[in-house]
Amino acid sequence: MDAQTLQLAESTVRLATPLALAALGELVAERAGVLNIGIEGMMLAGALAAYEAGAATGSALVALAAALLAACALAALFALFALRRRADPIVTGTAVNILALGATGSMFRLLHPAQAMLSSAPQVGDVLPGLNAFTAAALLLAGSVALFLRRTRAGLSLRAVGERAEAADAQGLSVARIRWAATLFGGACAGVAGASLVLCLSDRFVEGMTNGKGFIALALVLFGAHRAARIVAGALLFGAASALQFTLQAAHVDVAYPLLLMVPYLLTLLVLALFAGRSRAPADLAKPFHGRD
Amino acid sequence: MTRARAFAEPLVATAVALALAGALLALLGADPVAALRALAGGAFGDSLALETTAVRAGPLALLGLGVALSFRCGIWNIGGGGQLAAGALAATAFATKSASDWPGALALPLALLAGAAAGALWAALAAALRVYRNVSEVLSTILLNFVALELVAWAVQGPLQEASRSYPQSDALPAAARLALFPGAHIAHVGLLLAAALPFAVWALLFRTAAGLRLRAVGFNPDAARYAAVSPELETARVLVLSGALAGLAGAIEVCGVTGRLFADPAGGYGFTAIAVALLARLHPLGVLPASLVFAALAAGGGAMQRSAAVPSVVVQVIEALVILFSIGFALPRREGA
Repeated sequence: MDAQTLQLAESTVRLATPLALAALGELVAERAGVLNIGIEGMMLAGALAAYEAGAATGSALVALAAALLAACALAALFALFALRRRADPIVTGTAVNILALGATGSMFRLLHPAQAMLSSAPQVGDVLPGLNAFTAAALLLAGSVALFLRRTRAGLSLRAVGERAEAADAQGLSVARIRWAATLFGGACAGVAGASLVLCLSDRFVEGMTNGKGFIALALVLFGAHRAARIVAGALLFGAASALQFTLQAAHVDVAYPLLLMVPYLLTLLVLALFAGRSRAPADLAKPFHGRD
Repeated sequence: MTRARAFAEPLVATAVALALAGALLALLGADPVAALRALAGGAFGDSLALETTAVRAGPLALLGLGVALSFRCGIWNIGGGGQLAAGALAATAFATKSASDWPGALALPLALLAGAAAGALWAALAAALRVYRNVSEVLSTILLNFVALELVAWAVQGPLQEASRSYPQSDALPAAARLALFPGAHIAHVGLLLAAALPFAVWALLFRTAAGLRLRAVGFNPDAARYAAVSPELETARVLVLSGALAGLAGAIEVCGVTGRLFADPAGGYGFTAIAVALLARLHPLGVLPASLVFAALAAGGGAMQRSAAVPSVVVQVIEALVILFSIGFALPRREGA
């Protein structure tokens, strides 16, 4: 492999990592019957929390913990409305996204009135040569999510809640508890994905820096037909598309910059058009459960 | 539910959201009272402030109307911002490139029509994906927002850029394609009359015609609608296209009435704010009018708040999100059990 190809492969993996992390978390939530379109906002909250905590303490571990906390708080807010109050998940998720956009923007502007003096966040390095800690975590997550869903009793219970909540309830499973846990897990993964944006891909926070990555992750769950391995493959495809876009940009290819920026969204739409109809979602996805809470 | 509650609950939701946003500001070390005073001044302080609020309410009413219409039918059009951008782009393209080929009296109506048609087309993409490829309109409309944003960014530094090529913006629209100001007004334009009238038209369509009954039937229960020979797919496409046309018209009105030329990101935050407008209006077409004024006042005041009280204007988005959360409990119909 020549240097350019190697570099392309490396950025493919780096750009795929946050998408895979967020999509794997959403996979667990959706398998439990929770459709959480608020992961975009949870990623953004995770990114800001990681930046602030990381820049203040210099510790990537503290930054990661802060990201988890912020994203899980938003996930709990989502669950409070969508699960406990049985509000519509689409509207609730949209509200969470707007809240995250407004709250992170306000906090960032108030905390840094003069943006010129922004310090950088600590960077997370490689655990093995060429393997970033976040990428390793994503691979580990993919393996354990697949094992959990397919081979464990708890995974079976979670899938039962997503497929037929009433039957699961009759079996003595707590639908509410399992859905809460799955939502919080999905939020935590989105938080880690957001943290990776400032601890690995860039070292600063920028308002609205997720730029639709959460929505692309949602599309990946459909593209991956609700299976962990295919979701990772899909994330790599998107990573490759973004990496190629940056390469073209750096090579000054004569294509207008905004048209290049459009590519990931058009690719997502194309992938949805080709694969969404074939993906069988859990039967009780996004349906409220009216049994005992 | 009584009529009094129908009016009281949105007021309570707005008040609680404002109070919580004030608490957030206080926590972050800003002065919430000064912020609120600056906000009120920017929204209602003088005649220019009042006109700013009215001008902001126009697109919010049209976008909110589209959202109310689609949510009521169980269709999640989150793409008002993109549809508005498509409308602004088409109206500008027509007005700056080919309006001179037409009689002057037709320039403005055709520009508005081009905007509505482009918004409808942009939404029709999502409708086609939903009907033919079973793609959720939630994701497709959101993704199309990003595509529209980049499309406009490309247009204002490419084919539609001003002749002098100095800034990423289009040429000024010819006078024939501009909406006139009200006599004696600084910025309030007659396009606002259209934004004020269309909610009544949509109300009549929904509640006084058979077509409106079919649309509402799909929202109540798609399966029952199918038994009554109503095609949910066809109604879905109709609703998306109609709400897209309203958003596109809003975009055309913005360039023909307010900005006078096309800039990057014509929608700003209007697309998301419209969702708050529709929910505060309890998805009622006429409720959209007062609700759009509430959020227009917040938008107009937000700018003033940032300038004079040094409070970030994006805090307005926090208020919007809180209003949505407090509204969903009573604005949306409870769905049937799983």
